[in-house]
Amino acid sequence: MTLAISHLARRFGATQVLRGIDLQVRQGELIALLGPSGSGKTTLLRIIAGLDWPDAGTLSFDGADWLGKSAAERRIGFVFQHYALFPHMTVRDNIAFGLSVLPRSERPGKTQIAATVDRLLAFLQIGGLADRYPAELSGGQRQRVALGRAMAIEPRVLLLDEPFGALDAQVRRDLRRWLRGVHDSAGTTTIFVTHDQEEAFELADRVVVMNGGVIEQTGQPDEIYDHPATPFVARFLGLTVELPVTMRAGRAHAAGLDLAALPRRAIPDGPATLFLRPADILPVPDPQAPFRVAEMATTGALLRIVAEDGTGCRIESEVPRRDGRDLRQGQPVALRAVAGQIFPGSGQQPAQPIHTPMTLKEARP
Amino acid sequence: MSVAAVIDAPARRQKRVLPGFGLTMGLTLTYVGIIVLLPVIALVLKGAEIGPVRFWDIVTAPRTLAALRLTITAAALATVFNALYGLLMAWVLVRYRFPGRRLLDAMMDIPFALPTAVAGLALTALFSENGWYGAILAPAGISVVYTIWGVAIAMTFTSIPFVVRTVQPILEDLDHSQEEAARTLGATPFQIFARVIFPAILPAFLIGTTIAFARSLGEFGAVIFIAGNLPMKTEIASLLAVIRLEEYDYNGAAAIALTLVAIALVLLALSNWLQARLTRRRVPA
Repeated sequence: MTLAISHLARRFGATQVLRGIDLQVRQGELIALLGPSGSGKTTLLRIIAGLDWPDAGTLSFDGADWLGKSAAERRIGFVFQHYALFPHMTVRDNIAFGLSVLPRSERPGKTQIAATVDRLLAFLQIGGLADRYPAELSGGQRQRVALGRAMAIEPRVLLLDEPFGALDAQVRRDLRRWLRGVHDSAGTTTIFVTHDQEEAFELADRVVVMNGGVIEQTGQPDEIYDHPATPFVARFLGLTVELPVTMRAGRAHAAGLDLAALPRRAIPDGPATLFLRPADILPVPDPQAPFRVAEMATTGALLRIVAEDGTGCRIESEVPRRDGRDLRQGQPVALRAVAGQIFPGSGQQPAQPIHTPMTLKEARP
Repeated sequence: MSVAAVIDAPARRQKRVLPGFGLTMGLTLTYVGIIVLLPVIALVLKGAEIGPVRFWDIVTAPRTLAALRLTITAAALATVFNALYGLLMAWVLVRYRFPGRRLLDAMMDIPFALPTAVAGLALTALFSENGWYGAILAPAGISVVYTIWGVAIAMTFTSIPFVVRTVQPILEDLDHSQEEAARTLGATPFQIFARVIFPAILPAFLIGTTIAFARSLGEFGAVIFIAGNLPMKTEIASLLAVIRLEEYDYNGAAAIALTLVAIALVLLALSNWLQARLTRRRVPA
């Protein structure tokens, strides 16, 4: 274990921003803190950085208590959402800043600093920008400079706050792959904050989903995608169709729904809620079924179908267009769920972190 | 609408950057011309009448030189004090929250609002030997009234707000995360101030300081009460210009006034040039 966080709590006035955060980060890991705005992810990142302090809990690095240390003593690299580059310094001076403020006894010589900066400029592929000022750079270039400035001090942990938040979609995708490459070759333990699920899943070794100041789920991207642990995670990851079902002997049942493909679940008999992605619902023509095709629209590759039963229940599904060739407006259909997640109880319930076996195992010291 | 009108419309609209551009521009230029430019031109023309030799004689006359030396030295003293104090005051007003902060903020404008003659009278009363401050300073052998120190204090009083009011908004808008970035990179509080904050406020600070200096050079009302106005000793340049005027020596008055204006203009130009240099590459193209 490198970074260990336990029972961390933070309150701003009357707002409880973090309520008991437990998290372990291993050496060299790339972690995403994923959650909607207000979930406390940035506050957590700032506490790890030493820019904010918790009201309760512990934070240690390799066994050493970090809460008694300043940001500088922790030696972390922090990349701010809007980069926070020094506007009156060139790219070179920005990157050299962390080295040039070291006490005289520890400060490397001028030529040595210049060599380090040159190496970083080459590593980050911004060699040609050394003498420019931040105002003369594009968003993506500024992002690279900000990362270079943070990496120059050889941080123990690299922390990035919404690293791609201020960039347009194409630059985002490019920078994301580039950052993964940088991480893989530099090997620095990295934690980044994002509200973009795709970004978190593509980039991170492990994703920490946060909501309302608690960690809802921790796990590898695929694991979270396939097995959201709580209704919140399910909704956040696009399982937007919520249906009331009845559990009997571990299987879910509902009129007009073909749920045979779903695995048996250890959920007591009675009402439960089924969460589905529109893409995991397949409408199948069935004259006996209660659903009718109410709307059909094509997006090119996909066919978006809204099925309706007589009671006003509308279910949206997305199928590849060739799979929907037989469907017609008004046609009776049964809905086959290919994959989904079931949570006990009906409808809304308080967000309770439910740990998957994997997260329980990880939580053990 | 004809096709031509449709095509023309966007082009015609593009010409008008501001609504009522002709009117606003015309009004402002007229104003600048009548209120600012015309008096300065009149002064320059008056000065030109004198001729270079006579001009030089007036300006290098011992009494004029003494007045100019006093004015510039006292203004420099006042400006150094106001630069440091103004920076500190702006810092305190922006960075700290304390009871009475808004009152203190409002008080910064008093020197602007108070008639300068009133300020001069009040300062003279305070610093005279039986005044509150003078009573303390006199036994220590420090006399303020009728010395260069009195002149400098009067100038300080009237130009205090310039540095505060130019630095304050810049300090308020400063991106806090730059300081946090410097902190995570290991900078000490002093390094953060010297290398991150000060460079950011330097252009505004320069402008504020220059305006304070220019204002001090021309300060009249507050100074004449406390200075004592002894020729060759505590007589400021603008008072000397008034004296020449009263003696119907218009040429002498114009020459002294022109010298003051020239010094102020050169300083303003220098500070603008410096500011442009400093900020040239900071703003996006």
